Amino acid sequence: MKKLAKPRFEQRRERRGFMRAGLALAATGGLAGCDALSHNDTAVDILRSAESLSNSVHRVLGRRAMAQEFSPSDVPPVFRANGTTMPPGEDYAEMVATGFADWRLTVDGLVGKPLELTMQELQAMPTRTQITRHDCVEGWSCIGQWKGVRLSHLLGLAQVRPEAKFVVFHCLDQMDADDEDTVYYESIDMDDAFHEQTILAWELNGKPLPVANGAPLRARIERQLGYKQPKYLHRIELVESFAALRGGRGGYWEDQGYNWYGGI
Amino acid sequence: MEPAVRPPPLLYRHRLPVRVMHWINVLCLVILLMSGLQIFNAHPALYWSQDSRDSTRIMQITQKQVDGQWRGVTRIGGAEFDTHGVLGTSLGADGEYAARAFPSWATIPGTQWLAMARVWHFFFAWLFVVNGIAYVLWTIFSGHLRRDMLPTRGEWRGIGRSVKDHLLLRHAHGEDARRYNVLQNIAYLTIVFGVLPLIVLGGWAMSPMMDSFAPGWVDLLGGRQAARTLHFVAAVLLVAFVLVHLFEVIVTGLVNNLRSMVTGYWRLPK
Repeated sequence: MKKLAKPRFEQRRERRGFMRAGLALAATGGLAGCDALSHNDTAVDILRSAESLSNSVHRVLGRRAMAQEFSPSDVPPVFRANGTTMPPGEDYAEMVATGFADWRLTVDGLVGKPLELTMQELQAMPTRTQITRHDCVEGWSCIGQWKGVRLSHLLGLAQVRPEAKFVVFHCLDQMDADDEDTVYYESIDMDDAFHEQTILAWELNGKPLPVANGAPLRARIERQLGYKQPKYLHRIELVESFAALRGGRGGYWEDQGYNWYGGI
Repeated sequence: MEPAVRPPPLLYRHRLPVRVMHWINVLCLVILLMSGLQIFNAHPALYWSQDSRDSTRIMQITQKQVDGQWRGVTRIGGAEFDTHGVLGTSLGADGEYAARAFPSWATIPGTQWLAMARVWHFFFAWLFVVNGIAYVLWTIFSGHLRRDMLPTRGEWRGIGRSVKDHLLLRHAHGEDARRYNVLQNIAYLTIVFGVLPLIVLGGWAMSPMMDSFAPGWVDLLGGRQAARTLHFVAAVLLVAFVLVHLFEVIVTGLVNNLRSMVTGYWRLPK
């Protein structure tokens, strides 16, 4: 018996159903595949190779390029605070209560002459004021005016040794109030450390740095994203590698999987 | 016995470089879109200016409480839309509604994981840019651009008829089908030389290091946050293009078109 051909609309409907099923399978299969690859060390290493490519290309393109600076009229009334806005613990609370009178900044590690500086000593140094845009890794941006001392000035005083490759910023804020091993830290290379706009700031928008924005002192590394701008500074260490530092990736967020190179 | 019908001729329509670059592009754009939506989820709002504040915000995907329940809402300008279940709130793997801008089935990775989304996005961004530069160079130096993609004066004049044909789903047959039609040309040229460069520039403008290379170049795009918005808008335009492209691929002969993009050979429709 001759097989009856299905009406055309039936054929089309079947074809559509088949294609939808195929697409759904491809989509969920692909998604599951991507999620599996996100947990596969070899795959992640390959994907992460793009980071050093970006870093190298950026270094070739603009070793000394300057971040854009803005005019006072571009500054909004409030500089948005993110991450830690009040470090936990009694030690920091006491510092706030005493106006940071006992706070000191240490510069040590691979230096010829370690430093320990009071805020008054820092503020007596030559200053730089800049109005720059803070770009958060999440996607938002905020413009603010910062005043502080160039990091290069301090590094000169401390006589950085030639084998030093990175500057590590140690902070006072614990990310997990119950775990002392979660104190924030960050690091940059010597290109950014000696860059003209890399400053340690104690003033935001003409006022002393608020607690929410990192009092008493924070770093501004203007050609990098927000998580590379450590707040609540108290120690700067010069190192040759990150091996001896906590997760070994050079920063609190880096240890959680974020790129060390924060210029992109 | 039926009379012998000569099948319409097979044309060698797409050369190997175009086919390879096309499929690399497909892979890149799917992963870039989905990892991009994950990145967007970290701060699901768009602004038109240098910075992010209430007065510069033009769009936001968020949640609000209605009768004690969280509902997903999307705000565009002053208008608010209920997008519960898709944007703002969507079902998670546990069957519960979760507060997240784009749902997990649309993002890479599926869970909220900004760091890994960036790892995916930047690897495929490099591949996409290298592939795109190779395509543009090839298309210029092989003569593909001049011969196949730029409409002739006669084709420009026939644009009205071409629009009508597309709306009526009337497709070219025989000798007329040998060349891309004028709307096809305009769509491809707009995507290749307009939307794709815009999406790359918008992406570069989000890198603080790239912003420092030429003084103030990001201002040409309206500012850092405006550039981020343009990056997003260009992605939406690309998705729209892909939907129309897929529709046309299907209605003009899925198998024939797919074969031509895999093997190069395309049967001229009778």
